[in-house]
Amino acid sequence: MTTPALTLPEAVAERPLLAPPAPADYLHGGGVRSWLLTRDHKRIAVMFLGATSLALLLGGIFALLLRAELLTPGPTIMSAEAYNRTFTLHGIVMIFMFMIPAIPTVFGNFLLPLMIGARDVAFPRLNLASFYVYLTGSAITLTSLVAGGADMGWTFYVPYSTTSPSAVANVAFGVFVLGLSSVLTGINFIVTVHTMRTKGLAWHRLPLFVWSLYATSIIQVLATPVLGMSLLLVAVDRLWGIGIFDPALGGDPLLFQHLFWFYSHPAVYIMILPAMGVISEVVCAFSRNPPASYRAIAYSSLGIALVGFLTWGHHLFVAGMSLLDGAVFGVLSMFVAVFSAVKVFTWTLTLRRGSVSFETPMLYFFWFTFLFTFGGMTGVAVATSSLDIHWHDTYFVVAHFHFIMVGGTLTAYLAALHYWFPKFFGRRYNERWATIASVTVFVGFVLTFVPQFLLGNAGMPRRYYAYPPEFQWLNVLSSGGASILAAGMLLTLVGLVYALVAGPRSDRNPWGARTYEWLSASPPPTENFEGELAITRGPYDYHLPE
Amino acid sequence: MNELFRRLLFLPPQASGFARDFDALHYAVITASMLGIFAVGLALAWFSFRYRRSPQNAVRPPRPPLTRAQELTPAFGLLVLFVGFWCVGVRQFALMQRVPAGGLLVYVTAKQWMWSFDYANGDRTNETLYVPTGRTVELAMTSRDVIHSFYVPAFRIKKDVIPGRTTSVWFSALRPGTYPIFCAEYCGLDHSGMRGRVVALTPSEFAERFERTPRAPGGADTPLAEREPGGHGELTSLAARGARVAAARGCLRCHTLDGTPHLAPTWARLYGHEVPLANGSTVVADAAYLTESMMDPLAKVHRGFTPIMPTYRGILTPAETAALVELIRSLADAPLAPPAPLVSAGTPPLPLPAALDGGVAP
Repeated sequence: MTTPALTLPEAVAERPLLAPPAPADYLHGGGVRSWLLTRDHKRIAVMFLGATSLALLLGGIFALLLRAELLTPGPTIMSAEAYNRTFTLHGIVMIFMFMIPAIPTVFGNFLLPLMIGARDVAFPRLNLASFYVYLTGSAITLTSLVAGGADMGWTFYVPYSTTSPSAVANVAFGVFVLGLSSVLTGINFIVTVHTMRTKGLAWHRLPLFVWSLYATSIIQVLATPVLGMSLLLVAVDRLWGIGIFDPALGGDPLLFQHLFWFYSHPAVYIMILPAMGVISEVVCAFSRNPPASYRAIAYSSLGIALVGFLTWGHHLFVAGMSLLDGAVFGVLSMFVAVFSAVKVFTWTLTLRRGSVSFETPMLYFFWFTFLFTFGGMTGVAVATSSLDIHWHDTYFVVAHFHFIMVGGTLTAYLAALHYWFPKFFGRRYNERWATIASVTVFVGFVLTFVPQFLLGNAGMPRRYYAYPPEFQWLNVLSSGGASILAAGMLLTLVGLVYALVAGPRSDRNPWGARTYEWLSASPPPTENFEGELAITRGPYDYHLPE
Repeated sequence: MNELFRRLLFLPPQASGFARDFDALHYAVITASMLGIFAVGLALAWFSFRYRRSPQNAVRPPRPPLTRAQELTPAFGLLVLFVGFWCVGVRQFALMQRVPAGGLLVYVTAKQWMWSFDYANGDRTNETLYVPTGRTVELAMTSRDVIHSFYVPAFRIKKDVIPGRTTSVWFSALRPGTYPIFCAEYCGLDHSGMRGRVVALTPSEFAERFERTPRAPGGADTPLAEREPGGHGELTSLAARGARVAAARGCLRCHTLDGTPHLAPTWARLYGHEVPLANGSTVVADAAYLTESMMDPLAKVHRGFTPIMPTYRGILTPAETAALVELIRSLADAPLAPPAPLVSAGTPPLPLPAALDGGVAP
């Protein structure tokens, strides 16, 4: 029932017997224009999938270039100038164009209405606007490439960013616009969860992915404006020399760091919370079991979202911070670690007395839990103020946040991609192929980032183009791991593109999951559900018939 | 045991008084983390094996959810563990924040992409910082351009070096040797080339080279020394240079060096002492406070004085700032009663400038 042309009885009647009746799913019907101007959350999600995948590809290419450069202690394939510009764009593209938007805009957009039995999100036009604002922001950011690149790092630290002779303003403005897209999505999700839940869907019956999206949206709406403001001030300082942050003009460079991390630390939770939501869904579906504690997972998401606002100072332990500040920011960071650990316990115990199977999404669950625990524990380590002094701004920190961002968010993203692939496109991917790809990703990941912990211990600072020769063999190991990781990602891409074109048709609910999105057809019709859905059971009631 | 862990974790040698204690906490945190990760992995593996899908367990009655006690116990246990790490970490952090009195002060100036070090005797070195072993060394650091970060892995110390203010860090080197310095805060094109080294000398070697003042020109190690620009080729101590700067920049119109009351607080017995502030609190007059007061005089005004001082931001160079701080520091124990001569232990009599308008005024 996508377009009038297909819903008219004549239209259906005109194509008898040649093929099965045209599927009335959201993917079919209408031309390019109907996609570009769609207000259907599912089509917007698919467009976001395309756009964020391109961003992932671009960011990944930058990463490979960096790892290639670091194969030798001196110059390898590029100049120091090119290296600085490459790591800046790697960070900017990965964080602002992939990690922050990917799971909410792709899987959140697609699944949130389905999971709460709604027809669409609360503001479909705003949703489409969010997509075009994202494209605009990305385009503005990437104009810096044409302008010769920007080299201030994704952290924009002043006064370097206000004096650097590169295209900093383009990136600052692009990220500002990307932030707007993020706020639009956040507002939309909050209102949708509050107002669009179907009959019988009380808060404690929301699938856990919805809880995590809700917590994420709160952070997006409250924190992103601070980033936007700070970056705008950097641009203003740069263009007109106002002197808000530049000490040469009487400004305060540490003020910028506080403002920047007030957003950018919670942004880590914007990136990881939706991933945790995905993982909660996957572990329940593949162990056919309710979560060991629904309450623990739901409330710890909110706990992370709220306490996460009060930990930003742990990025400034060596920037000159009073003992009291250092102590308070340290202990609050420990609280976040406890909330995260509660989730890990709950996921692990969810397997207990379940019926565990090992399809690709579940493999990614294992990788996620293992790597996230590793990343989380090293987070506790760097939140310990005296230890942070040695690790701060070294490869230890690089490895720590890649364990969270890649080991955590990216593996969860891949879990989601495989888990909901049948839901999105009504086709199955090849399980054996995907398993091989998944194991390759895991091996490549571990090999890339474990040596970086050791490099950090040994004292190699981050953002180093050249390094003392004794660090070389660990760097070579890390670069080797990166190429395996890239091969795994490529295998995944090939497998999924093949499945999209030629994969076998999927059942409505191939995994036997109980969350409500599987109650609609796969792929879902434009209206999502036939008539209004009435919820009479919980999302993880595996003992009840579907 | 210490050595085994250190090698397993690729840590650099433990060359400062901090290193061994910090590393002990490091080992504890990493061991606990590894055990935790191992336990989670083991539990996942066991549950996956024990409850792998079979026709028997495909459909089963629901497992009762965890009780509140079951949810809270592990959370509370972990919180205790983490807060334990935190307590030790904050104690060590506090140790590093509080600089012991009576150490050797070296002024560090960072610029893109070089470190330079000014010593009390007037010597200046680039790239290489010379320190004596077994003695507290305090670094008062500032930057001429963007933010840098002074990092000596073997000492387990790191501190950002920020333009427009002075940050300090301290350590005591345990053994003679050479240890790399890295800039740890990204500072532009040649960030990774901004390296240097700390050379720890025995106290006698150090005294030989850096505590003889003023030295005869043309001596064996004069290449290290910086000569007074426009001077007569004679090496002057940093404090003496500070006295010249104070005269040239007009500081002495309001401040005095001998305790005489005047328009502004005297510099005698100021350094290291508590200063009562106009807002009722107090602050210890250290390098950071003195620098802040030159750059932003209204931020912390000495009680009882009118806020008349102009800012010297952009007027004083980092080297001049360091010289002034060193002058004030050399007066930390100066006798207050005039007209005693300006002599303090270890420093020669200050060559007070003859004329206050000494020709170098801005």
